[in-house]
Amino acid sequence: MKYFPLIWSALWRKKPRTIYTMLSIVVAFLLFGMLQAVAVGMSKSFEISGADRLFTAGKFSFTEILPLGYYSRIKSTPGVQLVSHASWFGGVYQDERNMFPQLAVDHETYLEMYDEFIVDEAARKEWARNKTGALVGKGLAQKFGWKVGDRIPIQASIWPKRDGRNDWEFDIVGLLDGKDENAKAQAEVLLFRFDYFDEARQFGQGYVGWYLEKVSDPAQAGSVAAAIDRQFANSPKETRTDSEKAFNQAFMKQLGDIQLIIQSILGAVFFTLLFLTGNTMMQSVRERIPELAVLKTIGFSDRSVLALVLSESLLLCVIAALAGLGIATFLMPGLAAKMPGLYMPPEVWAMGLGVAGLLAFIVGFPPAWRAMRLDIVHALSAR
Amino acid sequence: MIQQVWAVTLMNLRAVPQRLGASLVIVIGIAGVVGVLVALLSMAKGFQSTLNSTGRPDRVIVMRGGAMDELSSVLFREQATIIKQAPGIRMGADGRPLAVSEVYMLAGLPRKGQTEPANVVLRGTEPHVFAVRPEAKLVEGRMFRPGVYEVIVGRGARDQFAGMHLGGKLPLRDGDWTIVGFFDSGGDVHESELWADAETLMQAGKRGAPNSVTAQLESEQDFQRFKDALTTDPRLNPGVQREPDYYSSRSKALNGLINGLGYTVGVIMAIGALFGALNTMYAAVSTRSVEIATLRAIGFGGAPVVVSVMIEAMLLSLAGGVLGAAIAYVVFNGYSVSTLNFQTFSQVAFAFQVTPDLLRQGVIWSLLIGAVGGFFPALKAARLPVVEALRG
Repeated sequence: MKYFPLIWSALWRKKPRTIYTMLSIVVAFLLFGMLQAVAVGMSKSFEISGADRLFTAGKFSFTEILPLGYYSRIKSTPGVQLVSHASWFGGVYQDERNMFPQLAVDHETYLEMYDEFIVDEAARKEWARNKTGALVGKGLAQKFGWKVGDRIPIQASIWPKRDGRNDWEFDIVGLLDGKDENAKAQAEVLLFRFDYFDEARQFGQGYVGWYLEKVSDPAQAGSVAAAIDRQFANSPKETRTDSEKAFNQAFMKQLGDIQLIIQSILGAVFFTLLFLTGNTMMQSVRERIPELAVLKTIGFSDRSVLALVLSESLLLCVIAALAGLGIATFLMPGLAAKMPGLYMPPEVWAMGLGVAGLLAFIVGFPPAWRAMRLDIVHALSAR
Repeated sequence: MIQQVWAVTLMNLRAVPQRLGASLVIVIGIAGVVGVLVALLSMAKGFQSTLNSTGRPDRVIVMRGGAMDELSSVLFREQATIIKQAPGIRMGADGRPLAVSEVYMLAGLPRKGQTEPANVVLRGTEPHVFAVRPEAKLVEGRMFRPGVYEVIVGRGARDQFAGMHLGGKLPLRDGDWTIVGFFDSGGDVHESELWADAETLMQAGKRGAPNSVTAQLESEQDFQRFKDALTTDPRLNPGVQREPDYYSSRSKALNGLINGLGYTVGVIMAIGALFGALNTMYAAVSTRSVEIATLRAIGFGGAPVVVSVMIEAMLLSLAGGVLGAAIAYVVFNGYSVSTLNFQTFSQVAFAFQVTPDLLRQGVIWSLLIGAVGGFFPALKAARLPVVEALRG
């Protein structure tokens, strides 16, 4: 620690150069922070808590609809503690670009199933009373300026009402929030009552989109899932039950190589950066050869010279990484207004600092090695 | 003046090999920016052109009014029959209208090398579909037969999904279906689909109604006549669209997303590369300060110095831009991928397209970065106090 002032002044030996180099690294980590937040956020928001939740959909595609009658049959399956169901509504609020999920759910069981959602007592009561009531995510309410008590129009794309028209209206009775960041992202939906949906739609009565189950013993989840599917084997509507997590992961995988694309972008960014920073470090050490020789003359060991140069590189990279990640974190709330649910996961900070350390070592090692191997006589005579 | 610029520029460029490492910072930094930008934009381009090339202006697709896509549309059987008899539809050789009513379902099949199901479009159509969509042709095997569980598979789906060979069995609805043929439709979105007989598929999938009707019009001009006939019919509530309008509208969301990502990342990286370029050019100017001061002392003006430094920066950037664009072209042009089009909930296979326009755009970016990165160091060089520099 006592050498800190020495390292610090070496770092700022040529101010403009250090600043420009640092700014390049800041920019790279800004990009790293934002892209990783999206990548990690996407995969995490689908991992949701509650491994004991099962998901039952049509065997051949999750878009197949299932009879409402399956509810009581699933409920009586041994090991099943709670059953709920949901149906995809696929409506549009004002413009197709305002995409967010709307689900018609069994209002008596759904909030118990998703106990990571926070809904206040008044809203629960009002939802139980008001058949056309709906709960909306906090972020969505903010984005569209909705308040509790508002009546909002949604255009159906799949389900017309009995009269063949597409105009549905819902009363907002409360806001949905999540207990943690993942649940918050999950809560950005509009939930409305299935009984209203089933009664008001033109066709499809008595069918739901998918079932959700909670099992009493999570260790038995696999065999309970198999037991549910066995009940409906060889029936006109066969099912496929899996943990909700597995189902969501499979869905994420469908995006294909998004993760791979993000990683390749970051790879290109860091390769570029490596070259740039490495060059600066080399240059800076080259200029300081006589100074380093002086240090050695007055008794610094080879290894401490190595450590000095490496620390300088580490300092450069870590300061810049902190600044870049800081800016990314600062920008996140702005982005989240457009993409509700986006946030900066803490592990991105950890990953970022890890990468900064690695970067510092890779670019710092060659010049540090050179400084360590420096021959005092030659170096001083070069003066 | 021109001669002075020429002389100073040549002097600068001759010195580039001596500062190879520093000069490479600009080249590689900008190659990175341009490479990533062009690669991302070419992905958006490839996806867009796959959807935009689908359909013909003289063909229409009819869905339920308000439905955004085929998956969300439901037409009743009798409505489909009425639509197929509407005026303006061309008659086939057999005297029947060139129109097909189709069921649009999704099936979950694993992609190559994976076990999780991905959504592939399973289209139930009529046996005369090749007369309605003449761009589609069987390239291997034979057509499916009605009444039996048989499918034909598009080329894109064949390349992306597992188990795609003649005679292969796919669990689609109510058990296994046999692959009897492969078709090609000129690289459009239908190549990512599986086609089977509509009636057979509706029975297997317990579905009572089709999703859409696609019809060949007598000519493009008959669109309005056809549309009016349908919209004024009280038995229908149709959404009538020309095919190209419908299919290109299905690429908007994903396309906007990839383009947005491409430009955001491009701009941020460009800023990073700009600092690298500034660093290099400041260093270049400072190592040459004696030469520059000498030139000024013997009567060279400030302008030639500014211009020459900028030319050097821009030439190095140009080299980077060309390198980055070339790498993007070699690595990504024609690279096939498949992703979920969340506007239709289904997998679409497409190939990256590195077009000349994108390459040009990449090179323009590199020149801009070079111009900005060279400008400030150039000013510094021109303002160099001659006496001090010579003394140094």
